Amino acid sequence: MYGNLVVRPEDIENWGKKIEEEDPEKLAEFEGRIERGEKIEPQDWMPFEYRRQLIRLIEQHAHSEIIGALPEGTWITRAPTFRRKLALMAKVQDEVGHAQLLYSAAETLGKSREQMINDLLSGKSKYSNVFNYPAKTWADTAIIAWLVDAGAIINQTTNSKGSYGPYVRALERICWEESFHLKYGYDSVVYLATGTPKQRAMLQDALNRWWRPIMHFFGPPDTQSVHTEKLIRWKVKLATNDEMRQQFLDMYVPKIWELGLTIPDPNLRKNPETGRWEYSDPDWGEFWRVINGDGPCNKERLAVRRFAEEKGRWVREALRAPHARYVTPLA
Amino acid sequence: MSSLDPRIRRAEPELWEIPLRSLEPLEHWQTYEVFVMRTRGSQAQHVGSLHAPDAEMALILAKEQFARRSQCVALWVVPTEAILWTNPEEEEIFLPATDKSYREPQGYLHTRERIERFKDRLKPLQSYD
Repeated sequence: MYGNLVVRPEDIENWGKKIEEEDPEKLAEFEGRIERGEKIEPQDWMPFEYRRQLIRLIEQHAHSEIIGALPEGTWITRAPTFRRKLALMAKVQDEVGHAQLLYSAAETLGKSREQMINDLLSGKSKYSNVFNYPAKTWADTAIIAWLVDAGAIINQTTNSKGSYGPYVRALERICWEESFHLKYGYDSVVYLATGTPKQRAMLQDALNRWWRPIMHFFGPPDTQSVHTEKLIRWKVKLATNDEMRQQFLDMYVPKIWELGLTIPDPNLRKNPETGRWEYSDPDWGEFWRVINGDGPCNKERLAVRRFAEEKGRWVREALRAPHARYVTPLA
Repeated sequence: MSSLDPRIRRAEPELWEIPLRSLEPLEHWQTYEVFVMRTRGSQAQHVGSLHAPDAEMALILAKEQFARRSQCVALWVVPTEAILWTNPEEEEIFLPATDKSYREPQGYLHTRERIERFKDRLKPLQSYD
């Protein structure tokens, strides 16, 4: 078979099937391929559950990039110097570019970009909780660019070892670009940390505000997180939430302490016997409240996105070719 | 003028009254596949796809999306629908049906041994000189 086509649910023979209803021979072949370290490409047979989980994962990731541009974007007009302003614009442009790469990767699985945006705007699809908090001062943007991006890099580098070809390729590119964000963020934080008492106080304040959302960033603890085992076997997920959180703490707590900043958790310490970080409960109740729509900025974020789609409509309409035909992106 | 400081002046989306309208199919246009030639003398390589209303816009957007940081000497865009592909699931169609060593360099490995055998055969004849 050869072709170019639109991947539509009605064309996919196993659309909607539960894992136990799948053809056992094809499933074994699929799992064997993943076990051998081979990648799955869009035209391959895959269990519906794998397709569904990947659409959900990549789509959420794409939404996080496009919404993630907003808290920092607010500060472009208020950046303290011209160089910082240029750097922040470049970073925000990167984030929007990442969203586009990811939407394309998700599209290969059979959900169009329009459908994904519709689900974002209606609140059906989620995005990373951390972007439902406001960036109140310039120091907030520094903390975001350093620590939130550090978390994103750990997450993305882990996922880039995954089994789905288009997602892996997008992530490799994204990680490469994120390394600039991390350096830029660290530079901004160090500049404030080594500055005047007022600058240090502003930075400490921002860290206090962001610590909890950052602890939430990797998702609920493994004891509360469902559906991990199968996703790990299929290399959709490559590390558990707690493993990634531990890796983050290992890499960044010493760097934060080195700058003489205080992390707002008196119980944070590395247990020398287990080698694992211990910390206070970061209020998972708040995490669930915010993810379900009741965070400080949820409404604002979606409204800004809705504004952009609505006010850009006439431009897209004016450019639209009358006989255009949609086919699913290839890879 | 009211303050530009985001601590004081927040967006007030509830005042915007923007209707929740669904995007229709193709509102974000069709897709193009993008190829980048990184240096003169190298092959152009596929780097991904993007949405654009026409080829000219696709090139402009591809420059932003795929060439804003890394080296690039040329960009190509192709409408995705113009590409025909074979299915990787049927990769066995590229396996040779019969022995095709006659078209591989590895099919011609024993010339040196043949020469040596030939020389050995000549040796007794040469000793008469």
